[in-house]
Amino acid sequence: MGFVKGLKCRECAREYPIDPIYVCEFCFGPLEVVYDLEGIKGVLTRELIESRPQNLWRYKELLPLDKEPTVGLHSGFTPLVRADKLAKHLGMRELYIKDDTVTHPTLSFKDRVVAVALSKAKEFGFDTVACASTGNLAHSVSAHGAAAGLKRYIFIPATLEKSKIIASLAYEPNLIAVDGNYDDVNRLCSEVANKYNWAFVNINIRPFYAEGSKTQGYEILEQLGWKAPDAVVVPCASGSLLTKIWKSFKEAQEIGLISDLDTKVYSAQATGCSPIVAAIKANEDVIRPVKPNTVAKSLAIGNPADGFYAKQVVNNTGGDGEDASDAEIIDAIKLMARTEGIFAETAGGVTLASTIKLLESGKLDRDACTVLCITGNGLKTKEAIVGHTSEPHHIEPNMKSFEAVMDKLKKND
Amino acid sequence: MPVTVKIPVPLQRITEGKEEVTGEPGTIIALINSLDKQYPGLAERISEDGKLRRFVNVYVNEEDVRFMKNEETEVKDGDEISIVPAIAGGR
Repeated sequence: MGFVKGLKCRECAREYPIDPIYVCEFCFGPLEVVYDLEGIKGVLTRELIESRPQNLWRYKELLPLDKEPTVGLHSGFTPLVRADKLAKHLGMRELYIKDDTVTHPTLSFKDRVVAVALSKAKEFGFDTVACASTGNLAHSVSAHGAAAGLKRYIFIPATLEKSKIIASLAYEPNLIAVDGNYDDVNRLCSEVANKYNWAFVNINIRPFYAEGSKTQGYEILEQLGWKAPDAVVVPCASGSLLTKIWKSFKEAQEIGLISDLDTKVYSAQATGCSPIVAAIKANEDVIRPVKPNTVAKSLAIGNPADGFYAKQVVNNTGGDGEDASDAEIIDAIKLMARTEGIFAETAGGVTLASTIKLLESGKLDRDACTVLCITGNGLKTKEAIVGHTSEPHHIEPNMKSFEAVMDKLKKND
Repeated sequence: MPVTVKIPVPLQRITEGKEEVTGEPGTIIALINSLDKQYPGLAERISEDGKLRRFVNVYVNEEDVRFMKNEETEVKDGDEISIVPAIAGGR
């Protein structure tokens, strides 16, 4: 281990040592982990990776730890599902679903970033972890933190889906429900973080935490047989996942894990919270914050910190962006479930619904080998589709009652 | 009652360790520039060419100034201003 050189400001390139810090003291730009990629190049080969256990730590040289990982030893390495039925329905040649609905232990890609964040927090010697969350992060910090023996303070918007609140409470963290939206929670947390010496995974641990998202990208490359796809569609909240997936592709090329890289990166957002896609569509550099109003609460960040960089990646790779209404999101969730047997949370509906619109407008090529990043499980946002599914056929416990239903179903066939 | 300005940790070195400073009513940018006289270097950190830097969020009484008139937003006596580095990646 130990290929991390330090932290560097993405804006002004000032360098900092490895510390629980997250913004450049000079320009407030975000800090990012810098690696000795030359050093990794000779060490981390395809063969070495393939010889390791199937979890996200098989890429540990490209993750920001100085010691061996201690948290999330079963997270990552989710299936890359070849989605032929869905592809046929959409008229696409080659479509894959990166299925993070089954990430260990809390069924969203947040288990990746939290595995890295909490391993790093333990390295730094923190005994308490905290986060601001719209649900999935809360769930993952609650679970990973419990297993790691850390005290946990979890801040959420009070309006969160009931199922997500219960899911976090099962692990008995200190759950703080704030009257306000995610951006209000986030702002409050940055003040709390100033005062309390905690490892806030998405504040002072953020440069390390965010690196965990890269593992989804490495896995896509490995599972495609060490090849980059022609297109990848990524749901955007803060924009961090999209920028990190692109970073993972570039690093993999730089250290020789893949040879060619010509992937177009596409951003998907909900219409009710689409500051990044709006900037892409209007071709503006300024990301204008919005007040979120969407069924896709896990993507409801109106003031996305990495929005500017996400837009840059989309532009530089020749990708594009699209947004989907609540009705389109729900239809897409159901489409993915009935074609591929994968029940995604609302963010997954956003990704598929946006993909459909990108195909219809010709911005995404139907012949492109395309990967959809599906980041969370539908069981976590069941409320979203209540009233939008069919009803069960209610019968008496006898054959006559059952045959009556069968007659009805045959007529409808 | 003057305008209260909450200073984030990365800037407290400039404000001699103070978490809160006070200033006069007017536009946000005028307030920042006048505080810069007392705490040299402050304006450069927060703004560039009279505009707020991309990664700086400024709130007036908990409302993001980008929902108002950005750096031209007027603040009055008793208002509370928060300067917060842009962070996210929550969900």
